[in-house]
Amino acid sequence: MDFNFTEEQQLLADTVRRFVREHYSFEARREILQTPEGWSRDLWQQLAGLGLTALNVPEEHGGLGAGPIETMLVMNALGEGLVLAPYLSAAVIAPALLSRINDAKAAAELLPAIAAGERIVIVAHQEPKTRGELNHVATRAEKSGDSYVLDGHKSVVMHGGAADELLISARTGGKPGDRDGISIFRVAPGASGVKVKAYRTMDEQQAADIELTKVKVPATALVGAEGAAFAAIEAAHDLGLSAICAEAVGIMKALNAATLEYTKNRKQFGQPIAKFQVLQHRMADMFLNAEQATSMSYLAAIKCVDPDAGERRRSLSAAKVAIGQAGRFVGQQAIQLHGGMGMTDELIVSHYFKRLTAIDLTFGDTDFHIQQFVELSG
Amino acid sequence: MDLNFTSEELAFRDEVRAFLREQLPADIAQRIKSGLSIRAEDYTRWQKLLFKRGWGAPTWPKQFGGTGWNPVQLHIFDEESAAAGAPRTIPFGLKMVGPVIMAFGNQTQQQRWLPRIVNGEDWWCQGYSEPGAGSDLASLKTRAERQGDHYIVNGQKTWNTLGQYADWIFCLVRTDPNAPKQQQGISFLLIDMKSPGITVRPIITMEGAHEVNEVWLENVKVPVENRIGEENKGWTYAKFLLGHERTNIAGVGASKRELHRLKDIARQEIKNGRPLIEDPLFAARIAQVEIDLLALEMTQLRVLSAEAQKRAPGPEASILKIKGTEVQQALSELMMYAVGPYALPFERGSREEGDLRSIAGPAYAAPLAATYCNYRKVSIYGGSNEIQRNIISQMILGL
Repeated sequence: MDFNFTEEQQLLADTVRRFVREHYSFEARREILQTPEGWSRDLWQQLAGLGLTALNVPEEHGGLGAGPIETMLVMNALGEGLVLAPYLSAAVIAPALLSRINDAKAAAELLPAIAAGERIVIVAHQEPKTRGELNHVATRAEKSGDSYVLDGHKSVVMHGGAADELLISARTGGKPGDRDGISIFRVAPGASGVKVKAYRTMDEQQAADIELTKVKVPATALVGAEGAAFAAIEAAHDLGLSAICAEAVGIMKALNAATLEYTKNRKQFGQPIAKFQVLQHRMADMFLNAEQATSMSYLAAIKCVDPDAGERRRSLSAAKVAIGQAGRFVGQQAIQLHGGMGMTDELIVSHYFKRLTAIDLTFGDTDFHIQQFVELSG
Repeated sequence: MDLNFTSEELAFRDEVRAFLREQLPADIAQRIKSGLSIRAEDYTRWQKLLFKRGWGAPTWPKQFGGTGWNPVQLHIFDEESAAAGAPRTIPFGLKMVGPVIMAFGNQTQQQRWLPRIVNGEDWWCQGYSEPGAGSDLASLKTRAERQGDHYIVNGQKTWNTLGQYADWIFCLVRTDPNAPKQQQGISFLLIDMKSPGITVRPIITMEGAHEVNEVWLENVKVPVENRIGEENKGWTYAKFLLGHERTNIAGVGASKRELHRLKDIARQEIKNGRPLIEDPLFAARIAQVEIDLLALEMTQLRVLSAEAQKRAPGPEASILKIKGTEVQQALSELMMYAVGPYALPFERGSREEGDLRSIAGPAYAAPLAATYCNYRKVSIYGGSNEIQRNIISQMILGL
């Protein structure tokens, strides 16, 4: 039993946190939001310079081959800074998928470019009826001679509009709900029949809906074995789920610090409002919620690579529920304790709140994971 | 004990229903039933139609142009209006400054301002909160210095709702900075928003809306005849106003309408191949809020019946404020969760513009995240829910 981070891990955490604090102030973020893209490619290069885009790429492909603990530490810091970059999608999920799908050619072509921060690769998996169920893929890929033809609709794909290349899941066999029969295809966002509708989300991140109409790709666009992509998709998703839990923890800690600071300074009835016991107890509850969330984020990071699928997914669902509930409480109470100021666009507090809300709606919401936990608990 | 309406009450309900059916503009009802925010011009358009029918001031006595309705009639009117998708009555004139002018204004003031509230000609806004005076309202600093037959007002007000449309602002100002207690040096002034020296600056809220403002007052000249009641007695009038503000604070009718919309959405959303409304976990969440709402309605009816003889609600209104806002927040949250990831696509103004072509996903999803964000305010405004609990502890429990 050891809850300590190694020296290297601690160094990584300190480096990223310092970088975010120095280069990603709330004001700098606001300026980035004014740009049409809504995120900064310059910053992406800086993240690459720190080695962060290489974190989840195996060493043989020019990466650092780090694990979920390192990813967790990075996500804590990106959460605190509310960083508007496709890190989760392009530097966690995409390399995780590519390094697990058993396709040496695709890995060799894409992973070094991902590690170097040169190429944004986005996995487009979610569909309007997915609602957390990873096996719910209705998009079809029909084999036709030496090519495939893709038809379907991918929804709320995080940073889908930023993609230099898309990895699209589509069914080459079976029906929605089957694990078998799902394949991954490399698709250029500009290919004929691909319509990428990019938009902002409530938390000012980027997402896109992607319509695929008779999109013809060569057989070589298939990544990994036909119909056998589910395990890699699930593994990548599990790492992503663990990462987003860590992001939420970073946000909760920052929100609690901001609330504590505000209530110590805000005076009403002749004293700082932090002197009122009802607010003290509320902040004690916010603190303990964030601590419970931290614990569950550790559990998620440790278990997200557990070979026992039942144990892995049960732990991840438990973490997502605990973090969803803690995030809801901490977010809502941080607004409440900031009063009218908490409602404004001007303070970072409301932006943290919105991101926590969006996180709960990502990768299956609290209700979905409660039900999955029940099913997996037998 | 009898929960049934009398035949007179039923006849009244039919009368209200018929009026709503004939007069409520379809576009306004459509906006409200789709969860869009209500625009100032919609409020005013509806107010003028109500006035034409003689119902411009449902909560006022007949002598001031009100309906003189009893609490049961008021309840029926609110219920039916909300269900039909009518805007709530504009609170600033009708529920806030109006009752103060009726109770403490002189006859000239009553004749000057009250009819224009009822007929929808004047839009009022609130000048209570200041950056340093929120829950602790009596610590307000805006100064009014007497110079002959005028006051010269300097200061800053905040959380001023929809003041960008206002013709008039009612303001709490400090006229005696040396009074022994801070509650004692306050006066209640009515100020023309066109007066030189008034600047309205928008405060943008987290969902990108312009609903509240800062109002800066710089050497604003206000005639002494615009003061309500006595100088330095404003705190009494302020408390009276806050009591009336909580009339119908529970919002039962509107929440019933929102519950209906939630169920409508949950019927259209599919989870695991079945309508979301059949999902046991989600169905239980809907049931919980529906039960809370039913309890709230019963409590509201009890409070109304106890208040039949009084005009302003007592400290029991704090129960209605707390539970009412909790129900409103729960409903806005469940609607957002009902649509899942499609609650995320977001365009600033999607709740104001009435453009239901959503960016992605079903049209009904477009305003939900913005509404959820916006409704965090309800447990903060009108006396935060923490302050309401203080009122219950002190005024009811005697602690």
